[in-house]
Amino acid sequence: MDLNFGKKYKDFTKEVKDFCKKYIAIHFIDSSKVPLSGSFKSGEIKMTRSDWQKILIEKGYFARSIPSEYGGYGGESDIIKSRIIAEEFAKSKIPPPMGGQGIDMLVPTLLELGTEEQKQKYIKPTLHGEIIWCQGYSEPNAGSDLASLQTKGELIDGNWVINGQKIWTSTAQYSQMMFCLVRTEPDASKHAGISYLLIPMDTPGIEIRPLVDMTLNAGFNEVFFTDVTIPENNIVGKRGEGWAVANATLSHERGSLSDPNAMMNRLNSLIDRMKKETINGEKVINNPVYRDKLMKIQGKVIAFQSNSLRVLSAKLNKNQDVKIAGMIQKLVGTELRHELEGFAIDIMGELGTLYENSPNIRDGGSWQIAYMYFLGLIIGGGTSQIQKNIISERGLGMPKEPKVQQGA
Amino acid sequence: MYFGLSEDQIFFQDNVKKFLEDNAPLDVIRKIANEDDKTSKEDLHKGIITLGINNILIPEDNGGLGLDLLFATAVSQSLGEGLATLPFTGSYVMAPIAIKYGANEKQRNFYLNEMSNNNINFSIGFSEFFGSRNESELSFLKNKVNGKTFFVMDFDYATHIMVCDKDGQIGIISLESTGIEVVDLITVDKTRVFKEIIFKNTDIDILENTSSSKEAVDNAIDAGRIVIAADSLGASKAMLDKAIDYSRERKQFNRAIGSFQAVKHMCAEMAAELEPCYSILWHAAHSFDSGEKNKKIMACHAKSHIADISKMISKKATEVHGGMGFTDLLGLHYWFKRIGVNRQMLGSPEIIREEAAKSQSL
Repeated sequence: MDLNFGKKYKDFTKEVKDFCKKYIAIHFIDSSKVPLSGSFKSGEIKMTRSDWQKILIEKGYFARSIPSEYGGYGGESDIIKSRIIAEEFAKSKIPPPMGGQGIDMLVPTLLELGTEEQKQKYIKPTLHGEIIWCQGYSEPNAGSDLASLQTKGELIDGNWVINGQKIWTSTAQYSQMMFCLVRTEPDASKHAGISYLLIPMDTPGIEIRPLVDMTLNAGFNEVFFTDVTIPENNIVGKRGEGWAVANATLSHERGSLSDPNAMMNRLNSLIDRMKKETINGEKVINNPVYRDKLMKIQGKVIAFQSNSLRVLSAKLNKNQDVKIAGMIQKLVGTELRHELEGFAIDIMGELGTLYENSPNIRDGGSWQIAYMYFLGLIIGGGTSQIQKNIISERGLGMPKEPKVQQGA
Repeated sequence: MYFGLSEDQIFFQDNVKKFLEDNAPLDVIRKIANEDDKTSKEDLHKGIITLGINNILIPEDNGGLGLDLLFATAVSQSLGEGLATLPFTGSYVMAPIAIKYGANEKQRNFYLNEMSNNNINFSIGFSEFFGSRNESELSFLKNKVNGKTFFVMDFDYATHIMVCDKDGQIGIISLESTGIEVVDLITVDKTRVFKEIIFKNTDIDILENTSSSKEAVDNAIDAGRIVIAADSLGASKAMLDKAIDYSRERKQFNRAIGSFQAVKHMCAEMAAELEPCYSILWHAAHSFDSGEKNKKIMACHAKSHIADISKMISKKATEVHGGMGFTDLLGLHYWFKRIGVNRQMLGSPEIIREEAAKSQSL
């Protein structure tokens, strides 16, 4: 066991800390399109979001291992540095880099499987926040069984003509582009009939309808395609290879849904809240029942955080086997976060139910929002039940469910 | 950066595991637990001593191996997994640590040397410190001890007993002294031995530094909790492995029951909760070894969190086995009961979580 990262990283940590001090008070002058993944302090330094992205790339704090010819920093991939950056940014509450599905999922996919032309065209503006992407995977009848999707693409006169419907499309209303799974080979088997297409969102025939979720935000959309026509070469990989291409990005998504740094920050906010809040003249933190529940959650959070350290270690030490430890992160992380947020509501009692701009609201109502939002994440990106199938079948080697016979 | 057990630690752990697999299959454990088969038990103890498990935490200068708590933690996982009917946590972890921090130099060298030669074996009675009961009234006065200590562990091959009063003062009593009454306790877990001991004006050697400092008792209890958690983790792993194996073999409705999602999800839930337990356990042992300031919080959470998860697994893994899980035939209950006793040893989860809260000034 060795939890030291060495002198090189000590120096790097100091550099990042200094950077965070310098940019503690950013005020973005352009309006927020894609929500940022964390909260941050606002202040005097005025700039656009795109400017901020560029500063972060220049320092190597963002897009670190993406080659400079595509607009990245062009450094070696360094998991420890990435972790230090994430930790220090979270601690000091300066704005994190813009994330979103283009940056988190499409860029890695293009780097791995895109053509040179696609890399040149899309990666740089995506990193700078100039092209925002949405993901067109799920359909009303293709959720957990994603490969059964039916949105159709036909190649007519050198163009793809797309008809069908997508759902759960986050940020569709702000996006310039969509990466989309479309059935292009109707005669091939389920998984072999899908292609991965890149669709400009201003193409005629696309209709976006907001889908209001339980937090009352329109976080998702439904997207309808009627004879949407795009060039033949807007495809990543070959025809019928879309499933493999998509799986390359799904693995990027699952890792990002349960961030242990955010979890620890949230736990600390919960402790602060319990120290401030009183019930019958006594601080909540002194109530033995609430104390015990808090400590129970803290134990779980520490176990989860330690587990993510173990998973990180296996990335650095190739002989370490943490197969199951890695597989469980989405399931455990989202369920635990939901529990934590829900407990914060309980310690406030009636006050915990306040929402929007209600008088007496605590912490901007963030506990209720996150409580519901994380229920969404328990379901999204592969439900907890799908995760349990994956853990038991791929991790524990348990037998697969027998296939239902056709016509049964 | 490396988070996990080292090659040496894994090697040691595997040796202990293999020794128990070869020498203590379930029918041997049964004989020891149910029929008090002293010969089998003694053979096991002699065998495991040759592997060096009694010497892990004793410094090299005193004839020990001079290894750290993470080693002991790794070994304890195997002991729980293999249902070792042997002393460990008290005799070979808490005792050397209490002596290290609590003894003066003369005491330290005497006891540690004798321990490494296996001439002195300690039984541990620390319950008065973390969960004193009214009837106990253990008191030290002028090198004499009176009162009783409840729930003494690792009495099996003890030559001495180490007790702690409610102020954290630690003393050592030779079992050859007069004024000692040993009461046999019967717990649900018959793989290990527990006693109540009553002292009447018995000679006691107080560890000198413990009259002014709680460092010895705090460290011994933190370490003991981590190592007991490791035992429960090992036992939980054994139960989960058995549940998965059984679900592959057992057929109903013409299918292996492990192909039903209801069963699969039970196993996935167990695995999902068990994996972070390894992480917090090793992290806690490492924090202890490197003397980090959060080491007490880590030890508390490792013990109480693993107590909860292993309780869940002991129930669910039994359920996966259906009616067979409930029988004595399969012997699953040995692990179930061991987990049940570990949960209460050195403090139940609620008691320990309150300590965790206090130690971060909440």
